[in-house]
Amino acid sequence: MSLKKVAKDQPDSFEFNLKNIEAAKKIISNYPTQKQQSAVMALLYIAQRQNNNWIPLAAMKYIAKFLDMPYIKVYEVATFYSMYNLAPVGKFFYQVCTTTPCMLRGAYKLVDVCKSKISEKENELSKDGNCSWTEVECLGACVNAPMIQINDNYYEDLDKEKIEKIIDQTIKGETPKDGSYRGRVNSEPENNRKTLMELKNA
Amino acid sequence: MLEDKDRIFKNLYNDMGVDVLSSQKRGDWLDTKEICSKGREWIINEIKSSELRGRGGAGFPTGLKWSFVPKEVSSRPHYLVINADESEPGTCKDRDILRFEPHKLIEGCLISSYAVNAHKCYIYIRGEYFNEGKKLQKAIDEAYEKKLIGKNASGTTWDLDIYIHYGAGAYICGEETALLESLEGKKGQPRLKPPFPALIGLYGCPTIINNVETIAVVPTILKRGAKWFSNLGKSKNTGTKIFCISGNVNNPCNVEEEMGIPLKDLIENHAGGVIGGWENLKAVIPGGSSMPLLPKETCETITMDFDSLIQQKSGLGTAGIIVINKDQDIIKCMARIARFYKHESCGQCTPCREGSGWMWRMLERMTKGEASREEVDMLMDVTKQIEGHTICAFGEGSAWPVQGLLRHFKKEVIKRNNFNPLVNTNKNIPYLVDQHLLEKENA
Repeated sequence: MSLKKVAKDQPDSFEFNLKNIEAAKKIISNYPTQKQQSAVMALLYIAQRQNNNWIPLAAMKYIAKFLDMPYIKVYEVATFYSMYNLAPVGKFFYQVCTTTPCMLRGAYKLVDVCKSKISEKENELSKDGNCSWTEVECLGACVNAPMIQINDNYYEDLDKEKIEKIIDQTIKGETPKDGSYRGRVNSEPENNRKTLMELKNA
Repeated sequence: MLEDKDRIFKNLYNDMGVDVLSSQKRGDWLDTKEICSKGREWIINEIKSSELRGRGGAGFPTGLKWSFVPKEVSSRPHYLVINADESEPGTCKDRDILRFEPHKLIEGCLISSYAVNAHKCYIYIRGEYFNEGKKLQKAIDEAYEKKLIGKNASGTTWDLDIYIHYGAGAYICGEETALLESLEGKKGQPRLKPPFPALIGLYGCPTIINNVETIAVVPTILKRGAKWFSNLGKSKNTGTKIFCISGNVNNPCNVEEEMGIPLKDLIENHAGGVIGGWENLKAVIPGGSSMPLLPKETCETITMDFDSLIQQKSGLGTAGIIVINKDQDIIKCMARIARFYKHESCGQCTPCREGSGWMWRMLERMTKGEASREEVDMLMDVTKQIEGHTICAFGEGSAWPVQGLLRHFKKEVIKRNNFNPLVNTNKNIPYLVDQHLLEKENA
C-alpha cells in the first residue's frame, strides 16, 4: 500500500485527446461486455502519459464517467498502485530500486548521488525542473543490480560514476541510452558462461 | 550439469533472436496442431505424469490444477490467466522469458487454453516491465498474423485471443486472487479461498492462473514427452528450472538447470563464486525474499528442489537465490526485506498490515543495537501472530524471513541488542508504548 500525496494544484478539467479516446476504446474491447471496469488501470496509464506523467483528480472523474463506474472506485485504484503519480514528477523520473538484492550491490550509493545531484528529498523536482527521484521496491532485474528505472526504461549494472553521468545527461535534457551499463545484453554470467556455448559461438 | 540438449529455454541469452521464424527454428510452434488433436484428457494426463509443479512459488502440481476446471463449459466461459507480475525480490526469470522466449509462452497459452476450454487468455504483466510487454505484444501480433493464434489457431479449430494487462506496481497482485481483483479493475486485495479460482475466478467464471515459466515449459514437455521431463531432476521435483543468482556473487546470472542441483554448484560453477570466496559466505536466501535464509553450513550440502528445502524449513519459492556474504550486515539485509513487506502489504488483514510495520521498525532498531534483549523474543512472537492469520500467503511471506533470521542468527541479534528492558531501569520515559508497565507511584 503506497502512501502518496495528491497534488495541491489541480487542473479544473481533463479530457482524453482524440487519439487516446480511440486507444481507450480499443482497450475496453479487450474485456467482455459490461466488464469495462477492467480497463481502469490501462486508462489511468493513458491519462498519466497524456498529462506529463501524473494523474490529476479531474482525470479520475473523467475516467469514472468514461467507464460508467463510481469516482471513488477509480480513486481507490489510483491510490492503491504505486506506479500512478498523483502529483507532478520530473520529465525524467528516477526510480531507484533499493530492495535487498540491489542493496547488497550498492543501491544506497545511487541514492546518495540522487540526493546530491537531483534533490535532497524524494519526489522533489531538481533545480532545473527536469528530474525527480524516488526509492522504489524490487523492480525485478536483480541479476543486473543495482539498477534504476527512468520513465519506461531500465538502467542496469550501475555504480556511482555511471549514475552521475546519467544524471548529467538528463539535466541537459538528453535521454540516456537504456539497458546494462556493463555491456550486457542479457542475464548471462559475464565471462563465465558455461551453458549453451554452441549457440553463443554459432 | 544439465546437457544443452535438455535445456528448454535455448534462447535464454538471446543468441538466436526472438521473432517467430527464429523461434520456429528452435522448435516452437512445431506440431501444435497434432498435440491439440490428441485431446484435452491426453494433455492434462501428460502434464500430470510429467509431475510439473508450478514455477510461481507454491509448487502446486500443474496437471492437477488444470483438472479442477469443469469438464464441460456451462453458461460461464473459462479463462486462462498468466501471472507475469514478477515482483519477488531476487527473481527475474519471467522477464527473460517475456523478452527472449515470448513464443514459448504464447504457444503454451494456446495449448493450455485448449486444455482448460478457454477462448480468452489474459497475461498480467507488472507495469514496470513496459518494454518487456511491448516485446511480448509484438510477438503476439506476429502470432496473429501467422494465424498461430486467433480464429482457428494453428489449424486446431480452437479460437484463442490473448490480451496483455499491465499491473501498476503492487507486489500483492502476484497472489492469484489479488491478480484477479486487479484484472477486474479493483484494488489488488486477495480473496478468501475457497471458492478456488478454478471454479469461481475472473468475473466469477472458472479460471486457471499459472506462472509464465510454468506455461512456457508446457509445449516442450508435450513435444518431448512427460517421461523425458520426469527423468530430469528428482522424483516429485522433476524437470528443469531457471535459477536467478543475485547478490554477493562474482557473476550474477540467470541459468536453467536441473531441479535438485546442489546450491553450491550453482553459486560456484555458474555464478562465479561468492565475492571473497566460499569462506566469506554468510547466508543464502534460496527462493526469493519470502523464503527463510539458510546459513553457510546448510548451503554446503543443500540441493535446490521443493522438498529438500522444505526439510530445511525454507522453500524453493521462485528460485531467486540471494547470496549474502560476510561483508554485509545480515540484520540490515533482513530489515530491508521487512521494509519491502511493510510497503507492499495490501492492508486488508490487520495482523499483516500492522505486523509488517512492527517487524520492520523492530529490525531497524535491532540493526542499530537499540533494542533490548527481551524484544528479540517479542519479534519472534510478532511473526507468529502474523503467520497463518491472514487471508493470503503474504503473511507467511513477510514473517518467514524474520523467523529465518532469528532461527539461525539469534545469537548475533542478541549480542548487538543486549541491554535490559527499559521498563526495568524504571526511568520515566513518556513515549514508551507500554506505560502501564512503568511502576509509577501514583498509578
